[in-house]
Amino acid sequence: MYVAVKGGERAIEASWRLLDKARRGDTRLAELSVAQIREQLRLAVARVMTEGSVYDEELAALAIKQAAGDLVEAIFLLRAYRTTLPRFGYTQPIDTETMQVERRISATFKDVPGGQLLGATYDYTQRLLDFALLAEGDGAVSVAPSPSNQVAALETEAMPRVVSLLDKEGLIEQERPTPNAPEPGDLSREPLAFPASRATRLQNLARGDEGFLLAMGYATQRGYAHSHPFAGEIRFGTIAVEMELDELGETVEIGDIDITECQMINQFAGSGAVPPTFTQGYGLAFGHSERKAMAMALVDRALRAEELGETLASPTQDIEFMLSHSDNVEASGFVQHLKLPHYVDFQSELELVRRLRAQHAMQNEDQPNAQQEQAA
Amino acid sequence: MTAPDTSLATASAASYDSAADGYNFAYLDEQTKRMLRRALLKAVAVPGYQVPFASREMPLPFGWGTGGIQVTAAIIGREDTLKVIDQGSDETTNAVNIRRFFARTTGVATTRRTVDATIIQTRHRIPEAPLTDKQILVYQVPMPEPLFRLEPRVAECKKLHALADYGLISVKLYEDIVHHGSIATTYDYPVIVNHRYLASPSPIPKFDNPKMHMNPALQLFGAGRERRIHAIPPYTPVRSLDFDDHPFEVQKWQHACALCGSTESFLDEMIVDDAGKRMFVCSDSDYCHERRGDADLDLPAREARKGEPA
Repeated sequence: MYVAVKGGERAIEASWRLLDKARRGDTRLAELSVAQIREQLRLAVARVMTEGSVYDEELAALAIKQAAGDLVEAIFLLRAYRTTLPRFGYTQPIDTETMQVERRISATFKDVPGGQLLGATYDYTQRLLDFALLAEGDGAVSVAPSPSNQVAALETEAMPRVVSLLDKEGLIEQERPTPNAPEPGDLSREPLAFPASRATRLQNLARGDEGFLLAMGYATQRGYAHSHPFAGEIRFGTIAVEMELDELGETVEIGDIDITECQMINQFAGSGAVPPTFTQGYGLAFGHSERKAMAMALVDRALRAEELGETLASPTQDIEFMLSHSDNVEASGFVQHLKLPHYVDFQSELELVRRLRAQHAMQNEDQPNAQQEQAA
Repeated sequence: MTAPDTSLATASAASYDSAADGYNFAYLDEQTKRMLRRALLKAVAVPGYQVPFASREMPLPFGWGTGGIQVTAAIIGREDTLKVIDQGSDETTNAVNIRRFFARTTGVATTRRTVDATIIQTRHRIPEAPLTDKQILVYQVPMPEPLFRLEPRVAECKKLHALADYGLISVKLYEDIVHHGSIATTYDYPVIVNHRYLASPSPIPKFDNPKMHMNPALQLFGAGRERRIHAIPPYTPVRSLDFDDHPFEVQKWQHACALCGSTESFLDEMIVDDAGKRMFVCSDSDYCHERRGDADLDLPAREARKGEPA
């Protein structure tokens, strides 16, 4: 009997072997390579990089392979690796106006300087299963390598952001650097504390679970926060990252990253001091992650309620509630820790419930008339 | 570190089990350990106060002991002997996994004997054997805030602690008595540490609460997901909350341990057949083995070796 709680060591070893086998699947089929995942599951890679908070397509693809496609597990793997890396410092802030745009749309204006650029999107596909993909072989081999070269040639000039066009009339608040702003905190190095500044909130949301943000962003649209959003602009493309190197005393480009940026425009009724105006919610994600960036922008705006003097009426506006529950590495761990043994606590509760039931039965004997039916 | 026992493990399993090359001693880098030690010193200086710390993602999931693991990683040295228990037992899968993690990343000796350990990492129990001032007990803590069911906001709770305003929890215990005739908290039973801070003892059964009081060992509590550390220094008074007319009581069993016959220890209940027949045995496996005098017989011989994956 007592063996039931022993043998954990052997069981774990056996479990590892089964896991490796299950991950590999049918060995008559070719093994999936990390390069294939990186190239052909690019949206999964983007999500793992964003929520794993490290931009490395190869490691993200490796994590996806190792996690057998479980993206939350892959994010966890990447985070656990990331935490062991030294941090060299901050890069220069990126200016998304200089982005080499592959896709850029605005839902607020029919045409905007720089134009609307649809790019690669599932938006206007009719969601019909393409059975041609079932067939072995690659029909796309003959297609020219990438149209992005042409795009790059077209879009080398800086493309102004749509929301800045509304600036001239003062219709919309602008995001401007705060003079003498303190260095932003780093959530990977400091505990989340409340009240949280917007910089900290955005960092938390950027790492936050896409599903959580999607549901919460959706809730703001359905009345759980005063939100009347318009997609001011969504852009996806490549941007250079620069870093100032102390040894050289100058700024050098250290690489290119793909990012998705979303600026939501929301109504604001105004207050005693401020006339009615438009306000912004902001979303940013690695790779092509539009759903995430848009949901993040909705949630960001909802969390600005207090700062804008709006009535706090919904959990979606509650900074502590939202930021404490957005991280899927934390959430997944804690929900699943219920799989761990709780014999001791449960034993304590068993003892209590038995005692309370015994007391209850004794009381019923004292008043037999009232409780006769129950006792029977 | 000796090679892992491969009698069972295949090559692939061994890859999970070999010395973790390329990582620092005890996994964490030295800067992170320093940060943790600062938080630990503050926690010891202000007994029962929850010190925020920059918890890292560990290679084990949040909620599975990352707080305890980080504390242990910050304090463990090459001369230490580590014991890890979960539910009082060294054999439960999570305890095995954490012990193995430290064996891989530090190569220190591990043990299942309470008396031999210098660091004991625990989840949900305090060992039955009395601890000494040479030992450190590291608790894994899921939720360090004793008030969270009454006030979920961290910012609010901080104020209540600052003002030592613990009326809420007294009302909760009072309501228990009104509803049930007695206090209906059986584990994670709140305590006042050093006459000042209300603290959570982690989900140990209240049976273990008296052991925290004036314990010669240093008691450290790590909550990884919630990013808090608190401590009870050696020989610190710890009072379990109660009322004059409803004094604190611990659980009692009408049974003795079916294996060692102890009537003093915390007993786990096991259902042994389809008819629901039950058997009670010590939750603390080492205590039970020691009492039966078969500590060595019952353990595989390889566990006695030094510095191997447990």
